[in-house]
Amino acid sequence: MTSVLTSEEASEAQSKTSCFVSRLDPRLRLVSAGIFALVTVSLSHLAVLCFALGIGLLLLPFVHMPIWSTLRRMVAMDSFFVFMLAILPFTTAGDVAFTVFGFPGSWQGLEKGFEIALKANAIVLVLLVLVGSMEPTTLGHALAKLRVPAAFVHLLLFTVRYIDVIHDEYRRLRIAMKMRGFRSTQSFHCYRSFGYLIGMLLIRALERSERILQAMKCRGFTGQFPLLDHLKLENRDYGFAVVVGLVCGLLIALEGFHVTGG
Amino acid sequence: MHIMDGALSQEVIIIGSACAVAGLGWGLYKLGTDQHGLEKIPAAAVLSATFFVASLIHVPIGVSSVHLIMNGLAGLVLGAVAFPALFVGLLLQAVFFGFGGVTVLGINLMNIALPAVLVGMAFRPLILKASPKKAAFLGGVAGALAIALTTLCVALCLLLSGEAFFVAAQLVFVSHIPVMVIEGLVSAAALYLICKVKPELLQTVSHGKTVQTPLNNLGLKS
Repeated sequence: MTSVLTSEEASEAQSKTSCFVSRLDPRLRLVSAGIFALVTVSLSHLAVLCFALGIGLLLLPFVHMPIWSTLRRMVAMDSFFVFMLAILPFTTAGDVAFTVFGFPGSWQGLEKGFEIALKANAIVLVLLVLVGSMEPTTLGHALAKLRVPAAFVHLLLFTVRYIDVIHDEYRRLRIAMKMRGFRSTQSFHCYRSFGYLIGMLLIRALERSERILQAMKCRGFTGQFPLLDHLKLENRDYGFAVVVGLVCGLLIALEGFHVTGG
Repeated sequence: MHIMDGALSQEVIIIGSACAVAGLGWGLYKLGTDQHGLEKIPAAAVLSATFFVASLIHVPIGVSSVHLIMNGLAGLVLGAVAFPALFVGLLLQAVFFGFGGVTVLGINLMNIALPAVLVGMAFRPLILKASPKKAAFLGGVAGALAIALTTLCVALCLLLSGEAFFVAAQLVFVSHIPVMVIEGLVSAAALYLICKVKPELLQTVSHGKTVQTPLNNLGLKS
């Protein structure tokens, strides 16, 4: 449905076939991803964290998402953090592992950097696979069924609906700017034009929201969306919940084993 | 500007998440208190979608480009509703783009939305009284200040989580100085246009001022 949030190939793949993950209850997928994140963030041993990342990779074939672009999304995030982590060996005190231009890098800092990178990637990969493979509206419904306040769920559902509309409007305005010879350069004129562009988007958004409100009132909206999908936990959901519990238990056990064992 | 999972200490995450829940509660309370409880939701949501789209816009800087954040403008337009509105954006970015993380969602929200709301509270009364040119200047200051505060919050989170991040925290701040300038310029231009064309944009969601529509003019107030 939404082209900004979900790539076309992914939504096509979703509509054609139903994969193992997509048949699971969306509430369960949401909660599982959350629990996995909490467990993973509390781990500290590198081998155990590699195992956690491996779980994310193992899940990939069970979901109809393009594997490479999913992995690319995971790695794209790393490019933001790589500098921050690259500094760590030089700022953490410890045994010297290597020197760059006379600055000593420590083993402890290197280990800390890898620890953070593995944690972040494992959590994001599991999140992308379990929750990112949902339709955005399904995410809203799952949150509603998990007793998230209705105002927030409505805000989310509306936002998801209008991101594409506003993005189209943005593209139209950019085309109009291009027609008038606008080129994105580093100049005062360019920044001012972007400012007017965003101001115009906001003004049009507000005017659009007035029309939306009138249309909704006309149709007797009472502040509640009827959620048509009746989510029900089935046997495969209970099975998956048990697997998630076992995996998280295993991660904690391995961590405890490594900490006490050396 | 996002922080990733695993970098912060547990204390920072717990305190940040608690503050985020409080902020979300406040924002949702402001969003829901209306005669029907739905008047503001479409406006807040379409504006939230607009800020999401704005964050996809890349502006050139040097040989590279940065994406806009516009949290100062969001605070001016949305007020406390900026908490839930920006949280929707962060949630969607984390889930569908893989930007950010799960356990740091609350921290990332506080880093972006708290400066937005503070700047909005400080500058909105001034901007409402000012001429468009003055409003543009104030808006520029607000836009730059919001990014500066966000960067400070990010640096503070890192510092509180470990001495080893001291250099990284400094780098985050220094490397964002050009971003502050750009955000300030873009916010200034946006506010100039808004004050000229539709100044009620600054009050509709944040103050619950009723939108003038043909129906209201006819006396069919709902």
